[in-house]
Amino acid sequence: MMDSFIQLILTLDMSIRLSVVLLLACLAGLFSERSGIVDIGLEGKMLVAAFFAAAGAYETGSAWVGVLAGCAASLVFSMIHGLASITYRGNQLISGVAINFLASGMTVVLGNAWYRKGGQTPTLSGDARFHDITLPFAEALSDVPVLGPIYSDLLSGHKPLVYLAFLIVPLSWWVLYRTRFGLRLRAVGENPASVDTAGISVVKLRYQALIITGILCGIAGAYLSTAQAAGFGKEMTAGRGYIALAALIFAKWRPWYAMGACLLFGLLEAISNLYPSINIFGLVTIPVQFTQALPYILTVVILAGFVGKAIPPRAGGEPYVKEQ
Amino acid sequence: MGGNNKSGRQEAVAPAIELRGISKAFGAVQANKDISINVARGTIHGIIGENGAGKSTLMSILYGFYKADAGEIIINGNPTLIPNSQAAIAAGIGMVFQHFKLVENFSVLENVVLGAEDGPMLKSSLSKARSTLTHLAEEYELDVDPDALIEDLSVGHQQRVEILKALYRQAEILILDEPTGVLTPAEADHLFRILRNLKDEGKTIIMITHKLREIMEITDTVSVMRRGEMTSTVKTTETSPEDLAERMVGRKVLLEVDKKPASPGKMVLEVEDLRVVDDAGVERLKGISLNVRAGEILGIAGVSGNGQTQLLHVLGGYQSATGSIRMNSEEIDLSGAHSDGQSRRARSIAHVPEDRQAEALIMEFTAWENMIFGYHNDAAYQKNRFLMDNPAIIHDTELKMGRFDVRPPNPRLAAKSFSGGNQQKIVLAREIERNPDLLLVGQPTRGVDIGAIEFIHQQLVALRDQGKAILLVSVELEEILSLADRIIVMFDGHIMGERDPAKTNERELGLLMAGVNDDGKAA
Repeated sequence: MMDSFIQLILTLDMSIRLSVVLLLACLAGLFSERSGIVDIGLEGKMLVAAFFAAAGAYETGSAWVGVLAGCAASLVFSMIHGLASITYRGNQLISGVAINFLASGMTVVLGNAWYRKGGQTPTLSGDARFHDITLPFAEALSDVPVLGPIYSDLLSGHKPLVYLAFLIVPLSWWVLYRTRFGLRLRAVGENPASVDTAGISVVKLRYQALIITGILCGIAGAYLSTAQAAGFGKEMTAGRGYIALAALIFAKWRPWYAMGACLLFGLLEAISNLYPSINIFGLVTIPVQFTQALPYILTVVILAGFVGKAIPPRAGGEPYVKEQ
Repeated sequence: MGGNNKSGRQEAVAPAIELRGISKAFGAVQANKDISINVARGTIHGIIGENGAGKSTLMSILYGFYKADAGEIIINGNPTLIPNSQAAIAAGIGMVFQHFKLVENFSVLENVVLGAEDGPMLKSSLSKARSTLTHLAEEYELDVDPDALIEDLSVGHQQRVEILKALYRQAEILILDEPTGVLTPAEADHLFRILRNLKDEGKTIIMITHKLREIMEITDTVSVMRRGEMTSTVKTTETSPEDLAERMVGRKVLLEVDKKPASPGKMVLEVEDLRVVDDAGVERLKGISLNVRAGEILGIAGVSGNGQTQLLHVLGGYQSATGSIRMNSEEIDLSGAHSDGQSRRARSIAHVPEDRQAEALIMEFTAWENMIFGYHNDAAYQKNRFLMDNPAIIHDTELKMGRFDVRPPNPRLAAKSFSGGNQQKIVLAREIERNPDLLLVGQPTRGVDIGAIEFIHQQLVALRDQGKAILLVSVELEEILSLADRIIVMFDGHIMGERDPAKTNERELGLLMAGVNDDGKAA
């Protein structure tokens, strides 16, 4: 009994760690898509952010400087997407794909040129990497039955960016539903003409949304290379940007649902990491390939629309042109 | 300046809005040419003109959507620049667009507040808007539930939200673009009451419309636009619908349809208990039964979206249904498996769809290509087994265009380069010239100018007099009343009742259209 409880805590703890990148990317996508800009370039932005965060942290020895560098790089990419899809009214999917390709190629080329390690950055150590934070009294409370392990093992002992990511969830909800900016942001993704005729600049609002997207992708990428891993590795985002988009649909473009969706993906990934082969009553053994494929299977199921009707922001993907 | 005392006093008060020499060109097209008008404060001013006369362009300039190439806008005596919508709002101009600019999944309150918030936090703005809305509702008969979502509101209520939006921004000048196009007669009456209340409070209203009756009913002065120019401005009391129509078109127009009583012959179309469930699982037709005889026009009235579209789609062969349809006493398969537009046409059913540009024509294709759609497998159009006989089709098209007065009569022009009325004539020519037993017509004169309306109506009556059956769907009550020999009113997928056009009026039909039965109860 105690054993399986500890197992459970361990699994959930890992789910939290693994869901952070997804959650940040998902919220990044949420702001962009809520403003009417479809962003399949989350993957690419996270990748450049991961690279520049690792490089920045390595060069300065500070993980926080790494985060800033990552955010700056991601922002630049986000603004490229904005330029293509808002200012020049280009196709948002094509711009997103281009950003992904650019990020994938650029990180390897720069990595090779700067560090000559086959596209990787040098391993980060010391303050160049984020370390776990122990919440107050975690040690003292760890012996309390049930609640003790939940507090000291599950909630305590994460990297600072983990807490930041989960704080951004209520913050996003508050911004979206309680502020003037949020009202306008939601409106511009639903019916930009209503915003335009109300005398508000559609272009400016959408750029503002993309700035938020850029920063959140930047934090996500930085978490990958300076907290989850200890340095940048080629293609280290491994499709998380796309899974985040699936989670966003699953979450129906809402912050709290996004957290739930990302935790579910995190749980599936944790299960595949911790229990490669699951044996059911000694009868059937679920092969490791299946558990590893679970997050991707769920993605396909979500995208195929098996989880109820998800209505995207109505103006999503369409450049705004004033009608006559 | 003025001769007598009275006009002298009028001169002293600056007009609410004055335009001087406004011009605007899009490429080679001169949309507005040297337009000047004066609208006095506290009046309702109508602007009337055919499609493409430049009315909407002029209003877009006033609301800061376009910048005029030349000219001046003077508001309350002050020359005002309106480079964007924000400036228009600041100058006290509010606009109610033909297609509402509302966020569908927002509440009324959120839509009203959007762009006119008091500060970065929403809470205080929303509660202030709530009390203002209650106040405005009482003052102008503008009641709407502030917490209702826009998508759950009727079109009439959505329009009230648009007016509330403008009033919340303290608009003194309200511009309405074709405000009654989507309203039931009862809703339109209510709108006019609101507009009169606003006028009594000293607001200035500019209403753009192509409906002569409304101009006569509500406006104080009216300006007529033709081909980008403001041809005349008159007092409404000093003009008549016939006079206005003539000023709009530039020639005498017959507003009444000239027709003999119908002499219905044999039964052509019999529809029984027709039911349609759409993809979302909503029942759109709830047991429709009707019939049309040779030599009569059956008019189907109703506010758009009450099942008329589905009825036309089923009859036209591109939607499956349950129930039965007999055409010339032969049962038609409704499962959708063996039916399409061509098989219906083979049974002598021709169809002029409601949405000309989406269902009847391919806008990028030429007139002659459009002229054979649905009949393209006809042997007469084939040169041999592999090739079509294009020169013959072009020649044939040219003759049809001549007979239907399509201008310009050039078969090689793309459909998009014809005006709405001429596009409609191409479609009518294609369908009528096939000599069908039954013609389905949806919204035959939507977006069509007055001159072409006259022609299209004459063609439909002529077809009836040749002994053909016609099923006419239209949201324009005037059109139904003047063309139909019998009128059926649809509401929410039902037939609300049948009326004889000679023994009914817009008021009675309007109630049926709103779902109110003879006994005064809502359906």
